[in-house]
Amino acid sequence: MTKAIRDAAGKPDPEQAGSVGIPEPGQAEPGVPKSPTQGAENPDSPTTDPPERDTPTPTRTPTRTPEPVRRASPGRLATGVSYLRNTWRGLVSMRTALVLLFLLALASLPGALLPQRSLNPAKITEYRRQHPVIGPVLDRLGFFDVFASPWFAAIYLLLFVSLIGCLGPRTLEYAKACRARPVATPRNLFRLPHHASAVLEGPPEDVLVSVRGQLRGWRTDVREQTGADGRTSYTVSAEKGYLREAGNLVFHLALVGLLIGFAAGKLFGYDGQVIVLTGGNQFCNSGILGYDSFNAGNLVDGTSLTSFCVKVNSFDAKYLANGQPEQYRSDIGYQAGADLDAGPDGPWHPYLLKVNSPLRIAGDRVYLLGHGYAPTFTVTFPDGSARTQTIQWRPADQATMLSEGATKFDRPGLPDEASRRRGQIAVTGLLAPTSSGGKVITSVYPGLLHPEVAVDVLRGDLGLDDGRGQSIFEVSQAQLASGALQRVARQNLLPGQRLRLDDGTTVRFDGVTQWVDLQISHDPAQAFVLVFAVLILLGLGTSLTIKRRRFWARIRPADHPGEPGRTVVELGGLARTDQAGYGEEFARLRGALLGAGCASGAGDAGVSEDDAGVDTERVPPGGTRDRGGSA
Amino acid sequence: MPVNETLATYSDYAFHSAVGIYLLAMLLHLGEYARTRVPAARAQVAVAAGAGAPADTGTHTDPADSGTQTDPEGSGTHTDPEGSVIPGVTPAGRPWPERFGRMAVALTVLGALVHVGSVVVRGFAVERWPWGNMYEFISAACLMAVLTWIYVLRRNPGMRPLGAFVLLPVEILLFLAGSALYVKPAPVQPALQSYWLTIHVTAVSLASGLLLVSGVASVLYLVRPYARGGGLLDTLPAADTLDRAAYRVTIFAFPLYTFAIICGAIWAEAAWGRFWGWDPKETVAFIVWVVYACYLHARATAGWRTGGAAWINIVGMAAMLFNLFFINLVTTGLHSYAGVG
Repeated sequence: MTKAIRDAAGKPDPEQAGSVGIPEPGQAEPGVPKSPTQGAENPDSPTTDPPERDTPTPTRTPTRTPEPVRRASPGRLATGVSYLRNTWRGLVSMRTALVLLFLLALASLPGALLPQRSLNPAKITEYRRQHPVIGPVLDRLGFFDVFASPWFAAIYLLLFVSLIGCLGPRTLEYAKACRARPVATPRNLFRLPHHASAVLEGPPEDVLVSVRGQLRGWRTDVREQTGADGRTSYTVSAEKGYLREAGNLVFHLALVGLLIGFAAGKLFGYDGQVIVLTGGNQFCNSGILGYDSFNAGNLVDGTSLTSFCVKVNSFDAKYLANGQPEQYRSDIGYQAGADLDAGPDGPWHPYLLKVNSPLRIAGDRVYLLGHGYAPTFTVTFPDGSARTQTIQWRPADQATMLSEGATKFDRPGLPDEASRRRGQIAVTGLLAPTSSGGKVITSVYPGLLHPEVAVDVLRGDLGLDDGRGQSIFEVSQAQLASGALQRVARQNLLPGQRLRLDDGTTVRFDGVTQWVDLQISHDPAQAFVLVFAVLILLGLGTSLTIKRRRFWARIRPADHPGEPGRTVVELGGLARTDQAGYGEEFARLRGALLGAGCASGAGDAGVSEDDAGVDTERVPPGGTRDRGGSA
Repeated sequence: MPVNETLATYSDYAFHSAVGIYLLAMLLHLGEYARTRVPAARAQVAVAAGAGAPADTGTHTDPADSGTQTDPEGSGTHTDPEGSVIPGVTPAGRPWPERFGRMAVALTVLGALVHVGSVVVRGFAVERWPWGNMYEFISAACLMAVLTWIYVLRRNPGMRPLGAFVLLPVEILLFLAGSALYVKPAPVQPALQSYWLTIHVTAVSLASGLLLVSGVASVLYLVRPYARGGGLLDTLPAADTLDRAAYRVTIFAFPLYTFAIICGAIWAEAAWGRFWGWDPKETVAFIVWVVYACYLHARATAGWRTGGAAWINIVGMAAMLFNLFFINLVTTGLHSYAGVG
């Protein structure tokens, strides 16, 4: 034993335990001071590995080990190598993992507290207006895209490098440990937290048979020893709970798998939103241009979207009296695969789209995300030509579905561009699905019971041709400010009512149509993510419930020559991780092997039966521990 | 879906009764501490003599003794047959702190039963699982915490002095839920109409309740060493016991919390179009998960095993409460189901 695993005060050696790669959560039962089990760290220690194991793995070595490196490194190259090696060891050490986990939690916090671009870009504009100094700085540093920022990626990538650097060697260790013989019986079983001894009738061979019978399900190893007097004694080493480490490894490997699945989804997936009016309007997933907004994965160019079409027949919402929505559903039809060849007249498969039941079709999913109202206006120009449009207005208030928008008309039949621009018309304002009535209307209920619009009619140049994109919900504020677009009327209209402009143009409010907001999502990796999530759960459960424990029996003929056929049996038990519960198991084994009235030691040793909270295993399984000779 | 107003009213009555009963139990626990605050030496004499006294309590009602009662209220001093004064022993043979403690536990159990009644009746009143808004969720999480506490007590009666410290946060949370966050029973909005509500929210509330108990144990673990003899803190279990209890509860709660998050992701995939979208609630749930992962790692890292780990556990509890209150009430996200404001 060249290296003290614990110092004199019974504290763990920080370098030793600090290099544990993956936590053994149960192994660190707290602060029981010096106890008999510390003897377990002696050369005849039960934690000593079989002699054939001799290569310490990098992860287990202390994070700061200059001595061996210095000895082997006279040159500059070697110094560099040793520097790299020490950096690597530091990276895969447990303490680094802990720090990185902390950083990960800390770095995620702004993602919850600051507005995020992926969730609501409008809020960022508002935040920047309210905080003109710090807003742009935060934006430049990526605080509004925390989960896409380089520093966040740096943290989790380092964390996963650290994890993988630790998992690899640890998996090899585990594979070796699974094939290795259970460790030899310690010389002094009475130093273990659980021990017992008795003198039994019968030769050692019979006792051996009964011990092995009781240890079914344990990995056992029997060692024979012939003493000077020619009599044979046996030691039985048994170990159980190997699945704990397997669960631990599965858990951590599945985390890596989850991250890869998540990343694959971001690379190859896409999602897009589109508003479709009810009444048989269709949407076909043929290209990006069909969408109102589209988020493509980094490797998606939009040329090979899954082909399918959706037809929205109707939308139906139910509300409580206080306006709280109770049910949304939309009656849709869809076409996919061979149906598409028949065109819009081909077969449509009906589906009732609801909030918690998306349409899953050809690897894509269609969701009902929202709904709204689209007023229909007919503008009749002085020359008698009429134009009718139904354009979606957006909800300004989700609770009452008071909606706002702009329906834009181009006057037909005008020969020159200049006069055409003078005569464009926009109907803007508010739509109340259930109007309060009165001069200034508002909506009192989200359902479409008593619709009314309060409109401003604008005339002039809408600025549609200036090359810039325009929101379909608004008119250009610049055109309004410059006077190119002017308000020519303001009036409340019920369905069927019309207003007349000074030049004889009439605007009629015809009625209201519902629209639905559909989201089409594609994530080829989400099934993998689910599989890994389940593996995470299984691994976690296994590693936190199964306990690693060891059991030894030394069986030797009674010393007294006058007692032929009697056998001395010593038992010892040690839980390598959480001691809780091992006391009962040991007591059961002891009772079965030695009978009830044997000399038991668990209590005598000053350790309670149950929570003998001793961290017996200062070094992780198969760590850099001395190859002391065991008997 | 109609709401059965009568049942809803009964549920509210039961809720208020449960809050009252817990309060009483907490006061009894405090009474237990108060009576235990006698000089340590005297207390030890009392315990030793009490333990040695014959199980037959007939001697205590001996008329000859009544004259020597030094405490006319019988609240703590009594003479044994030999005539020496034993403080803290009642005619029934149990010291008063013990009686207070036992009454407190009995009331906690009663309170939990009434609380269960409140939750169940509310569920019948609205004909759905009764955790669709913040009031219902906090009620459920607190119920889980109390049930966890009762289970811990059953396994380890020595933890009883923790009672007031567990009931205190429960009381505060229930009071907030019953006053500021109360909402009338009603059907839930379409996004919540899914069987995942049952699975996800049950798991979350159970995990939250467990983590609350664990966090309280860690707080007490950290203050326990400041006990100066004869004080309130001396009535607590040993620091090791507290730390172990915190750890045990957490290793059960952590996989459960993981399960809850996974269920939430599956549900989000069906309801919102993606399984994970860094919604504020999801983000903080992730943070909480990472913090508890830190805790488990700290338990295996030298220098962090006890004190440091306990602090991390407390940070985890704080993050969880932050997720419950701040995220639900202040930020707007997809989880804004509080039904208030």
